[in-house]
Amino acid sequence: MSASATPAATPGAPASAGIPKASFDWRPIALLAALMVLALPAIGSGSTWLTLTVAGLAMGLIIFIIASGLTLVFGLMDVLNFGHGVFIALGAFVATSVMGGMAQWAETSAAAQFVSVFAAMVVAMAVAGGIGWAFERVIVRPVYGLHLKQILITMGGMIVGEEIIKVIWGPLQIPLPLPEVLRGAFVLGDAAVEKYRLLATGIGLAVFAALSFTLGRTKIGLLIRAGVQDREMVESLGYRIRQLFVGVFVAGSGLAGLGGVMWGLYQQNVTPQIGGQVNVLIFIVIIIGGLGSTFGCFIGALLVGLMANYTGFLAPKVALFSNIGLMVAVLLWRPQGLYPVSNR
Amino acid sequence: MTAPILELAGVHTHIGAYHILHGVDFAVPEGQVTMLLGRNGAGKSTTLRTIMGLWQASQGEIRFQGTRLNGLPTPEVAQRGIAYVPEAMGIFTDLTVKENMVLAARKARHEGELDTQRLEWIFGLFPALRKFWLYPAGKLSGGQKQMLAVARAICEPRALILIDEPSKGLAPSIIQNLITAFNELKRQKTTLLLVEQNFNMAKALGDTVAVMDNGRVVHRGTMRELAEDESMQQRLLGLSLGAHQ
Repeated sequence: MSASATPAATPGAPASAGIPKASFDWRPIALLAALMVLALPAIGSGSTWLTLTVAGLAMGLIIFIIASGLTLVFGLMDVLNFGHGVFIALGAFVATSVMGGMAQWAETSAAAQFVSVFAAMVVAMAVAGGIGWAFERVIVRPVYGLHLKQILITMGGMIVGEEIIKVIWGPLQIPLPLPEVLRGAFVLGDAAVEKYRLLATGIGLAVFAALSFTLGRTKIGLLIRAGVQDREMVESLGYRIRQLFVGVFVAGSGLAGLGGVMWGLYQQNVTPQIGGQVNVLIFIVIIIGGLGSTFGCFIGALLVGLMANYTGFLAPKVALFSNIGLMVAVLLWRPQGLYPVSNR
Repeated sequence: MTAPILELAGVHTHIGAYHILHGVDFAVPEGQVTMLLGRNGAGKSTTLRTIMGLWQASQGEIRFQGTRLNGLPTPEVAQRGIAYVPEAMGIFTDLTVKENMVLAARKARHEGELDTQRLEWIFGLFPALRKFWLYPAGKLSGGQKQMLAVARAICEPRALILIDEPSKGLAPSIIQNLITAFNELKRQKTTLLLVEQNFNMAKALGDTVAVMDNGRVVHRGTMRELAEDESMQQRLLGLSLGAHQ
């Protein structure tokens, strides 16, 4: 970075006074904080609130991991991938095989149990990413630019994928127990914070940090952000956006596979329909966040995770509708989502 | 007349069911400024988009530096050395001015790899870009966005630069600023193909001119000849304006 190439904009200079520097929009974050603060008196007990909040953040971060790829795939190429859920199920089932295969060895030590969990995550990401590559080539590529056909064929792809999963792993629910070392909870005062939820939160934050770094600090990230705004211009500058898109699709599928492992461990069992169940949540999240926006997806996922846990405790009967209600409220406030991508 | 760097011969373009270009013929001489004039809807922007491969020619031939561009995808056309500034400017508004420039420099992975000397030259042409270097491009004024759009096109040396209506919607003083910048590019022997509606700007810059109407080139010649002959202006530009109304 040479001094002459970086003429720092001088704040306060008369001519620049009218142009605000990248002003960050804090209001959606304030909304998230407000939801957490308002939940405290409603729940009444601080320890219960802490347990629910950690659970909500963990769930939110798992949803974020799954949804982040989908929002970029839509933002970059306007592809509506309703088959995203199949990669969640695939990741979760791969985890049952990997962890099942390592179960005996994993009993030997706590470290081995961690290794088996991380091995399951890595293998699930690799398999989901690989299948994602084939899915893009065979199913998505022929319907670029055709939204209705995309919805139909990607949904069809998900049905076929689910059936293939049933052929390989059987149609029944398979248990995916947490290894001994991740079971139980830490007790903080009166509050019990489950160990696995802390791990999920940590992994979720690490994925968010890695994505933020890639999108904010690398040229690939710059190309993705530019492509989400105006892919024609990115191509006119001489970059092959199709290759970039395939890369994003594969990475997004891999992340969905990772999210599937985490979701499966969260539920401690896996069914072939898991993808369809989570699909609804992730579409709510990317719509709340603003289609194509990674940070919006992050805030949206946390809102959905917290809302599901708070309402699940306070009013289990309305819990089912709470996320739809949240989406309606957010869209009434910001019809294009919390962090709309401009030029769309 | 210098040898053409770009030649269009009998180029037809269809967009969906619409037949927009009906056999466009003209050449862009190297190291000169070629103006593409004509009324709204004459097919000027479509011609630029067809050259870039954003729309594919259904017939005819586009040759650049002796090789055919027909059928090439847009990124490949750009990689052969053609820069394009669309009418809407194509600024990435969520990105900073700096990030826009880093994207335009294909060889640079980050700001540190931008060609400092060239950047200084660009800042000399458009001082506003230096001032707003770290600001989101979406916050720039219309004129500053147009300067950024042109700056992106010249931030690495390109053999040919296509610019679609740079003066559109800009205040006269800013148009003057752009004319000065284009004249500087001209002195550096940069080849420009400009689509323009503003005849004064065309007169100030153009070496050669092609006038389009109804998807065809109806006149080719030097800019000076057209600028001096009012009856020809009336016939080519006035007439087509009349036809437009």
